Amino acid sequence: MQHYIMNLTLKVWRQRNASDAGHFETYPVEGISSEMSFLEMIDVLNEKLLKEGKEPIAFDHDCREGICGMCSMYINGRPHGPWHNNTTCQLHMRAYQDGDTIVIEPWRANSFPVIKDLMVDRGAFDRIIQAGGFISVNTGSAVDANAIPVEKEKADYAFAAAACIGCGACVAACKNSSAMLFVAAKVSHLALLPQGHPEKKKRALSMVAQMDKEGFGACTNTGACEAVCPKGISIENIARLNREYMMAGLAENE
Amino acid sequence: MKWSALFNSSVGRKWTMGLTGIFLILFLIVHVGLNACIWAMDGGVMFNKAAHFMGANVVPRLLELGLFAGFLLHIIQGWSLELTNRAARKKGYAVSMGNKGSKWYSRSMGILGTLLFLFLVMHLAHFWVPSRITGLKPVLIDGKEFHNLYGEMLSVFQGNLIVVVLYTIGCISLAWHLMHGFQSAFRTLGVSNPRYLRIIESAGVVFSIVISMVFALMPISMYAGWIK
Ligand code: HEM
Ligand code: SF4
Ligand code: FES
Repeated sequence: MQHYIMNLTLKVWRQRNASDAGHFETYPVEGISSEMSFLEMIDVLNEKLLKEGKEPIAFDHDCREGICGMCSMYINGRPHGPWHNNTTCQLHMRAYQDGDTIVIEPWRANSFPVIKDLMVDRGAFDRIIQAGGFISVNTGSAVDANAIPVEKEKADYAFAAAACIGCGACVAACKNSSAMLFVAAKVSHLALLPQGHPEKKKRALSMVAQMDKEGFGACTNTGACEAVCPKGISIENIARLNREYMMAGLAENE
Repeated sequence: MKWSALFNSSVGRKWTMGLTGIFLILFLIVHVGLNACIWAMDGGVMFNKAAHFMGANVVPRLLELGLFAGFLLHIIQGWSLELTNRAARKKGYAVSMGNKGSKWYSRSMGILGTLLFLFLVMHLAHFWVPSRITGLKPVLIDGKEFHNLYGEMLSVFQGNLIVVVLYTIGCISLAWHLMHGFQSAFRTLGVSNPRYLRIIESAGVVFSIVISMVFALMPISMYAGWIK
């Protein structure tokens, strides 16, 4: 693809801290290469702001290779920007043309409060994982990897669900701020494998209970989550969670 | 786990929606089938007999109670979910996602449901109230007295363009509500197999369109004078 240089206008959400009301700030950015990543473009702007003695834009990022789930920008009305199956850090400036205006907002959900600018607190996801997104194993020497046979098809489904990086784009996209795609991915990943079986009832019940406690909405099956998920997690997992949860709840008699 | 906790959770509340939603779909099938008797071109004899059966026998009366309960549960839980879900994002986006990733009607179940609710109030006032409470004029069929529900339909629809338009709007709302709701209910009830989901999705589209069109044709046929 042809390399080109562009000038852009950014409208970025600025918010000093959790209690600040926040507002949009408009920045012209010049000389952006089509081969830069979106976050590198923000880096360029931040360098400029620092030189001018202004506060740089706070945003989350870590790996910058699409695997950690930290980056989280809502770009022109879509979490992670315009590309399909893609994270913000893997979005490249060739997605834009000279003269474009780009509006950047943080994830919006009561359960993801803004810490600063484009950075939100996704601790709710950690607490959901702590509630049951694990398996309990005795310590000791590692078990042989092939000791427990796993059906190929199930292993594939489990792997597809395990690809979730916990970025929260599903919540950001959902009209209900529902975390069902995330929770469904985690529950499915473990429920499909024999290692996850012993705790599967408790897991589904505790994770959904924690999800509700955190204030995420319910699922209307609109599919917006699936459309923006950088890892292509399918909403079929949500149907599986619905089933796992109800079966567990009806069977459990504590 | 206590049932109260189970059915008050976000997933449990959706199970209530899914179960009552499918129950209401089954009711619609019975309803459309019985009402199709108006097209028997016999001056309403067959239709009045069918309606009589649905009113006189104890089994349909019990089903009617179940139907009211189903509607109430669906409506109250639907509105309650809508409120919880809206409250989960106090501060919204400046640029909305719009149709990028979801269909407008899947995001409008609350509004479409409310339109259906308003339709339902009018519909009950037109037919259920006179047939069960205030009383209808009897008609003689084979020397036996029957409620003339068919006559009531004619008097409601003939020459009343506004009523016919309102019924058509009701049917269009139903079509969109089910266009999303039909397949959504199965997902809510745990159908995750992609192959069955594809079949259910197609069946849902056909069902929503056909059932709403047949219902809409009833007032239209009477207004247009295709049946007398
Ligand atoms: C004959 C009438 C009706 C039928 C057949 C019907 C059917 C359905 C079905 C199948 C669903 C999908 C359930 C799911 O996703 O699990 C649904 C959802 C819904 N219905 Fe109805 N419905 C009817 C009337 C109403 C009425 C009168 C309301 C009034 C408020 C309503 C409100 C809703 C809402 C809000 C939802 C979405 C719930 C959610 O996913 O968050 N419906 N309906
Ligand atoms: S399901 Fe997808 S969108 Fe949601 S947290 Fe996981 S990777 Fe992100
Ligand atoms: S920074 Fe790690 S996924 Fe984007």
